[in-house]
Amino acid sequence: MSRALEPTLSAYPLRWAAACACATLLPHLPNLPIWLGALASLILIWRALSQINAPSPAPRFLSPLLAIAAGGLILFEYGTLFGKQAGIALLALLLGLKYLECQRPRDVQVLVLLCFFLQLGLFFDTQSPLIGIGALAGAVLATGSLLSLYTHHPVRSQLRTASVLMLQALPIMLVLFVLFPRIPGPLWGLPADAFSGRTGLSDSMQPGAISELSQSGEIAFRAQFRNAPPPPALRYWRGPVLTDFDGQRWTIRRTTTNDTPAYAITGAAYHYDMTLEAHNRRWLLALDYPAAGIADASYAADFTVLGREPVRQRIRYTAASYPHSQIGKNEAAASLDGALSLPRASNPRTRALAEQLRGRHQTPERIVAAAIAWLREADLAYTLRPPRLGIDTADAFLFDTRQGFCEHFASAFVVLMRAAGVPARVVTGYQGGEINPFDNSMVVRQSDAHAWAEVWLAGEGWRRVDPTAASAPRRIDGGLAAALPDDSALPLLVRPDLSWLRTLRDRWEFLGNAWNQWVLGFDQKTQRSLLRRLGLHTDDWRQMGAAMLIGIGSLLAALAWWAQRRAAPRDPLQRAWRRFEQKLARAGVPRLPWEGPADYANRAARHCPDHATAIRAIAHCYARLRYSADPTAIDSKALHSQIKRFSI
Amino acid sequence: MSALTAPRRLWSRLRQVIDRRLFRIRPAEALPIRLPQRRIFILPTRAGLVFGLTLFAMLLASINYTLSLGFALTFLLAGLGIASIFHAFRTLLELEIKAGAAPPVHCGEPAIFGLNIGHHGKTPREAIYIRTAHATARVDLPPDSHATVTLSAPTTRRGWQPVGSVVIDTVFPLGLIRAWSVLTPDLKVLVYPALESRPPPPPAGTGLSGQAYTASGDDEFAGLRAHRPTDSPRQIAWKAVARSGTLVSKHFQGGAGGPQVFDWHQLPPALAEETRLQRLARWMVDAAQNDVRWTLILPGVQLGPDRGAQHRHQCLRSLALFNQPDHVPRA
Repeated sequence: MSRALEPTLSAYPLRWAAACACATLLPHLPNLPIWLGALASLILIWRALSQINAPSPAPRFLSPLLAIAAGGLILFEYGTLFGKQAGIALLALLLGLKYLECQRPRDVQVLVLLCFFLQLGLFFDTQSPLIGIGALAGAVLATGSLLSLYTHHPVRSQLRTASVLMLQALPIMLVLFVLFPRIPGPLWGLPADAFSGRTGLSDSMQPGAISELSQSGEIAFRAQFRNAPPPPALRYWRGPVLTDFDGQRWTIRRTTTNDTPAYAITGAAYHYDMTLEAHNRRWLLALDYPAAGIADASYAADFTVLGREPVRQRIRYTAASYPHSQIGKNEAAASLDGALSLPRASNPRTRALAEQLRGRHQTPERIVAAAIAWLREADLAYTLRPPRLGIDTADAFLFDTRQGFCEHFASAFVVLMRAAGVPARVVTGYQGGEINPFDNSMVVRQSDAHAWAEVWLAGEGWRRVDPTAASAPRRIDGGLAAALPDDSALPLLVRPDLSWLRTLRDRWEFLGNAWNQWVLGFDQKTQRSLLRRLGLHTDDWRQMGAAMLIGIGSLLAALAWWAQRRAAPRDPLQRAWRRFEQKLARAGVPRLPWEGPADYANRAARHCPDHATAIRAIAHCYARLRYSADPTAIDSKALHSQIKRFSI
Repeated sequence: MSALTAPRRLWSRLRQVIDRRLFRIRPAEALPIRLPQRRIFILPTRAGLVFGLTLFAMLLASINYTLSLGFALTFLLAGLGIASIFHAFRTLLELEIKAGAAPPVHCGEPAIFGLNIGHHGKTPREAIYIRTAHATARVDLPPDSHATVTLSAPTTRRGWQPVGSVVIDTVFPLGLIRAWSVLTPDLKVLVYPALESRPPPPPAGTGLSGQAYTASGDDEFAGLRAHRPTDSPRQIAWKAVARSGTLVSKHFQGGAGGPQVFDWHQLPPALAEETRLQRLARWMVDAAQNDVRWTLILPGVQLGPDRGAQHRHQCLRSLALFNQPDHVPRA
């Protein structure tokens, strides 16, 4: 194939390649090391400028030198050349260097393939519709670059050809997208950083952990309720339960898991479909308290729902919750012991307060109530930017700084309860949720991340206590924005005064949700249910294969028809004449290449004297239709019927 | 020895069958040739294979990282590759190849084969390459148009030189797919013998009339006759044309000079056949240059006496095909 190409490149394809490389690199720039982005941009700009007059190859020594230097820097920056980030950086570097040494058509082809890989690399971080459109534009430019190796048209007509190709490719893409069997990944071990940068709750909690998370307006999950959504006071979404405490950090206590949660359901039920964003942890968020029936899930003894694998991609599941149930009535002694343990000799002032409460009130229930009352009167401030706490975190928060976020409240309260002899633990999750008016789904964001407490009371089980609500009651009803003073550093979109912006966001996120459900969420499960609705047995690979073959085959047939039609325009007169020729050829008088209609007719008439008149009449009529100045004056239908009737 | 040649013979038989059945190469096809669908072959180029491998890698990455958009991009590019098959196919479909000029040359000069490529489609056909064993030409055809390409080939021996196999191919639009068609058009160039570079002077006295060799061509005017296309413009009797309105030529009768005679039999007997032909060719070309009449005598053939381009061609043709089988050898 190299024979088909020009030996050296002109400036024209190089300019196309530069546009393609720029469009591919641009969205990567924020994620690349600054020096690498600068290097790649410099190379592109320098060569693009130097090519305006005549293409000049870069000096030979330059690209290997740059490759070694930059490769070393990448190794230094990431510690590896493999893995997601380092791989993309390496590809970006290769793209720049390839452009530097672009001299032959083959270099442009390699460059375009590199661009395809880099466009795929964009999807690791985000798969938003915008990025998708960007990739589509990149693909059009790449097509234009390949085209420019063979034709030099003005940009617009080049883009038109590229778009025609794209439009023809789209149906094939759709068929393959829907019918190509989706194999659940991963196929091999993933690099360590494959799913880094996913926000969400952590399996441990220390002061500052959740307030940091609250800065993010990202969506944590969406819930589509079958009936009316629960009132704000019941919108507690259960995440990891933290029982173990070392004085600073709260961590999960490993418990046994069961197929069903161990509690008797009571009260009203809420049925909903969850769309949980990837957070790279095993737990599945669910409204307190989740009932059995979540597919592929198990239930920890602390009522956390656990998936089989870490949630590495957005997943959907159907869940039911009974917020009015009582849980943990018959809690095992061991787990209650765990819910009472405190590091020795920590938080003396909190312990003293606990002793005081215990002395004044006899039953645990009263102690809890008294503690909440104490918190309410302690003049604690709810803020996103709490000051740093010392070693005795509960003491420092309750008695010194008196400023904290929900994790401070929950942590200090649980310490107080344990000191007072009441089993207690921290529950993290999300509290709240907004209804998107466009699709009525409840959207819960990272800024809704929350921590609360559960205390165990004999005869009742675990009871939820939200110490934050004691000091900032509006947090529960009105969300984060309502509870915080105006001057605090709220995420832009959580601020109440920017309602128009929020409407816009709601609209955008409604679209985003549809995109997520139908494009990004199209996995093996969705594929199966869709195909089953179309009447295909997805377990039978022959049926799937046949469906794909039929789909692709009919598209190919359509393309072939298109190619034929464009190649030989339909000319009814020509076709009629050819039919006449074929009839005569069967009779033994094929038309010779140099014969015109009159000569041919004369020869044929001599050959078949019986039909001489008909042959001459047809040829005469054809010649007049073909060559006369005003063919519309002649009846072409007569000729067609004559030819039809003609037989030897 | 036969054990060695038998497989080779079998292979050449097989090649012939493959050529005829698969590539539909026939001895030589009369022009014009129209490229129907079944004569166009399609295979991926090396770039196309690399593109396929890239797509496979992208597919694996999409599966591994569950990238839905990755699937979409991979499938879109696959669709692009598939669509480009039809673009390449369409570029060649229903192309019409007609014979162009193929003027005779002397051995050693490059033979020039003209081919006229055209189509009646509504879309342009671009980046079409026409290749022979020795030359490559490119044509870009606007809608419903045709263009002539010339392909040169070296000449090493006199006689008919066929153009041989002509490959028409394109990798348009993306360079991933190559569509091609192989033809053996019935297009040939007559290769005259080379001209001997330093020949001895032609025989001074001719065998027939014993006249001296004159290069001036001062024959006597013998009257007017109807114009023949091969007559030189100098021969046209312009005055007579002005009077009668039809083209007439002056007719000369060999006078004192008489026709020159180039006789194969009078050349030195030791001279090799090719050298004889080259010498005769040189003498004749010189004679034609000087516009004199000459006669060519070859074993069993006598041409002339006559003059002019037609006679020159007839004689050179006899020299070119002297002692050669009638049929055109296959390239």
